Amino acid sequence: MGDFQIKESAKVYDVVIVGSGAGGGMAAYVLANAGVKVLMLEAGAYFDPRLHSSQLKYSYQSPRRGAGTKERAFGDFDAAFGGWELDGEPYTTTSDTKFDWFRSRMLGGRTNHWGRISLRFGPKDFQPDDGVSERWPITYEEVKPYYDKVDKLIGIFGTKEGLENEPDGIFMKPPKPRLAELYIMKGAKAAGVKVIPGRGSVLTEPLEGNEDRKPCFYCGQCNRSCKIYGDFSSSSCLVIPAMKTGNLDLITNAMVREVVTDKNGVATGVSYVSKEDMQEYTAKAKVVILGASSCESARILLNSKSTVYTNGCANSSGLVGRYLQDSTGASQSGFLPQLLDRKRYNEDGTGTIHIYAPWLTDNKKLDFPRGYHIEFGSGMGMPGYGFGSLAPDLNDRVPGRDGKMKPGGGYGKSLKDDYRRFYGTQFGMAGRGVGMARYDNYCEIDPDKVDKYGIPVLRFHYKWNNDEINQAKHMQETFSHIIDKMGAVSTSGEYGEHNMWGLEAPGRIIHEVGTTRMGNDAKKSVLNKWCQAHDCKNLFVVDGGPTVQQSDKNATWTILALSMRTAEYIVEQKQKFNI
Amino acid sequence: MNRRESIKAIGITSLTAGLLLDACKPKDKPEENTTVADPEMADRQPVEIEKDKKLNAEKFFTEHEMATIVVLGDLIIPKDDHSGSASDAKVADFIEFIVKDQPGHQVPLRGGLRWLDVQCQKRYNNGFKDCKPEEQTAILDEIAYPSLAKSEMKAGVVFFNRIRSLVATGFYTSKIGMEDIGYMGNQPNKWEGVPKDIIKEHGLEEFDFG
Repeated sequence: MGDFQIKESAKVYDVVIVGSGAGGGMAAYVLANAGVKVLMLEAGAYFDPRLHSSQLKYSYQSPRRGAGTKERAFGDFDAAFGGWELDGEPYTTTSDTKFDWFRSRMLGGRTNHWGRISLRFGPKDFQPDDGVSERWPITYEEVKPYYDKVDKLIGIFGTKEGLENEPDGIFMKPPKPRLAELYIMKGAKAAGVKVIPGRGSVLTEPLEGNEDRKPCFYCGQCNRSCKIYGDFSSSSCLVIPAMKTGNLDLITNAMVREVVTDKNGVATGVSYVSKEDMQEYTAKAKVVILGASSCESARILLNSKSTVYTNGCANSSGLVGRYLQDSTGASQSGFLPQLLDRKRYNEDGTGTIHIYAPWLTDNKKLDFPRGYHIEFGSGMGMPGYGFGSLAPDLNDRVPGRDGKMKPGGGYGKSLKDDYRRFYGTQFGMAGRGVGMARYDNYCEIDPDKVDKYGIPVLRFHYKWNNDEINQAKHMQETFSHIIDKMGAVSTSGEYGEHNMWGLEAPGRIIHEVGTTRMGNDAKKSVLNKWCQAHDCKNLFVVDGGPTVQQSDKNATWTILALSMRTAEYIVEQKQKFNI
Repeated sequence: MNRRESIKAIGITSLTAGLLLDACKPKDKPEENTTVADPEMADRQPVEIEKDKKLNAEKFFTEHEMATIVVLGDLIIPKDDHSGSASDAKVADFIEFIVKDQPGHQVPLRGGLRWLDVQCQKRYNNGFKDCKPEEQTAILDEIAYPSLAKSEMKAGVVFFNRIRSLVATGFYTSKIGMEDIGYMGNQPNKWEGVPKDIIKEHGLEEFDFG
C-alpha cells in the first residue's frame, strides 16, 4: 500500500455543512441551537471580526494606502480575503462569454465585507405576474415569518413605507442622510424618482436579548468587518455564537471535493482536502447541507459522480449549474458645485446605504422586464489610494475662485487649494437590477482543467441580452436625469450602445444565484421548495443556488430567511433523518 | 448597551487604544485569544505579511530617481499656509513602495523621469532636479495642463498625470495630508445627520429625515 490514503472520521455527525457564509452560517446557528450535532467545513482561514478586522486603521497604516491587492481585491483594509483570482484555483469561461467570480476563503465568507444592504424580496418577486419571469414554488407569505425572525435575530434599520413589492420589516431607526444625499433626494424628487431611507443590517440601536453585539459607532467601515459586531457578518453573528452552544464543530482550511453517497444514493458525508496537511479526509454525517456559494455548491455536486449519480449528485434534471444569474449593474458619479469649500465635520455615518430608490415603475411601457433599484453614496470620507486624481480631474469643470475657467491639472499651491475645495463634493449612484434566469447562462465542469487540489474547475458561459442591456440604458437615463435636477456635474464617461450603457460584466455585482433552482417538478428543478434535493433526500442547498428567478433586491436577506426555513424543516423532520 | 460601552468594547481589542483613551479608560483586560505578537498586524494574512516584507526588502528607484521624485513632489505639493510639503509627508517612500506593489507603474515612471531629464538636458544642460527653479516650473508648465500641452509633449503629460496623482495620493493619505484636507472621521461618534445650520444654508430642510 502506498502512502496516499483517505482518512475517514470515526464520528458521524447529524449534519455536515459546507461553507460558513450567510446560508451555511444560518443553518449552523439554527441547528446547533436546536441541539443537533453539526460539523462545518470552511475552505478558508478562521476569521473573527473582533480580532482580525482592520477597523479604525488610517490609510497611512497601509504601505499601499489602502489599495487593493490580489490577496484583497477590494482594498488593503477590506475584510474579503481573496477576490477575482485565487492562487491555484482557476476557473474558465467559454470563448465568447464572460463571467467574473469573486471568492472569499475565510470564516463568514463574503459576509465579512458585504454592503449590508438588506432587502426582502416582495410578493411579486416570488410570484411575478409579468408573463416573462418564472415563478417560485413559494410565496412571500410563506417566507415572511422567516424574514421577520431574521430581522429580529440579526437587526436591521429602515422605515415602514407600505410599498407593495418592497415589504417592510421589523426596523431599527435609519441613519440620517449626508449632505450630498440631501441634494440627491432633492434632485430625485424633481426627476420623479422616489427615494426612501436605506435598509441595512447595522445596529443603530441595542439588539434585544443580545449582549455580544453592540450598536454602531459610525465609522463607515462595514466593509472591514466590525470589531463590536455592530453589523451582520456570518462569522460574528451566526457561526461564532453557534460554536458556543457546544453543538457545532468547525474545521477551517477544508476544501470540499465531493458529496459522498452510498449505493442507494443516500448522502453519507463529504470528502475534503485539508489545506493544512494536504491530506484527504471524509467527514460523515446523516444530512449534508451545501452552502459553499451558488457556483461552488454546483461545482461540488457536478463533481460528485457515482454509479447512482452518473451525471453528478442531485442532477437527474441536468440543471445543476444552469440558470446562473448575477444582478445587472451600472453606475454614474459626479460632484456638486454647491459643495465646493464645504464646512468640515465627521460624515462617516454607517458603512451601508443611507438612502435608496426602490423600483416602482410600471414596466408596460418599457422595453425590458422587471427593474432595478438605485443605491447612493457620498461623504467626506477618509482619503485612500487614488485620492490624488480628485482635483486634476475636476478643476477644469467649474470656474476657479476668481470666477474664471482654468485648464485642468496643474501643480503647486493652487492645486493644493483645489484639493481642499473639491473634497467631499462627490457622490455616486449605482443601479442594481434583475438579471433574467436563462437556461443558457450556466457554469459547468471544465473537462480540461483541475485546481491545485486536483478538483475539476468550473467553466462559465454567460451572456447578457437586450433585457439587461435595455435596463442599463434606462438606468443611465435615470441617473442623468437625477444629476441634472440636482444641479450637479456628472464625471462619468459617455455611455451608449458601444459599451452597453456601462453594464458591468456578469459576475461583477457578486450577486450570483440560481445554479440549483427549486421547483415542484423534479424534471425542471434541482431542489424542492425546502431546498432539499429531489434526487437525494438528505441533501440540501442553502446558499443562493435555490433561487428560481432573482429580484433586483440583493440576495443575502433571502438566503438567510430560506436557510433558516430549511434548517427548521430539518429539525422538524429529525426522525426521518435519524438525527 | 450604550455608546460609551460600545466604545469600551472596541477598546478591549487594543488596536485603537490611543484613540479611545480620552473617552474612557478600559479597565477590562484583553480577552482570550487577543494575544497576537503585534496587534497592528492582527488583521493581516500570513501571505500578506510575507509579501510586504519581501517588497520592503527590494529597492526599485535609483538614488538619482528618488531625489528627482522628491523635487517633483515638492513642486506638486509644496508647503503652504495650511500644511507641509510632499517631502514632509515622506511621499517618495510611498511611491517607492507602490511601484513594487503595482509593477505597472514601473516603466511609465522610470521612463517618464528619464524623459524629463533628457528634455532638461537639451534645454538647460542639466537633469531636472539640478535645474533652476524657474527652469523646473517652465517645463512643468508644458506638461501639467493636458488641454494646453503641445503634441510633442504628450509623453510628458501622461507621465505627469501619473506622478501627480501618486504624489497627491501619498500626501493626502498621510497624517499631514488628512489634517490639511480636514478629514474628521475614523473615530467612534454618534451620527446625527448633517448639522442643522448647514442644512439650512443649503436650503434642504424638507429632505432631512430620521
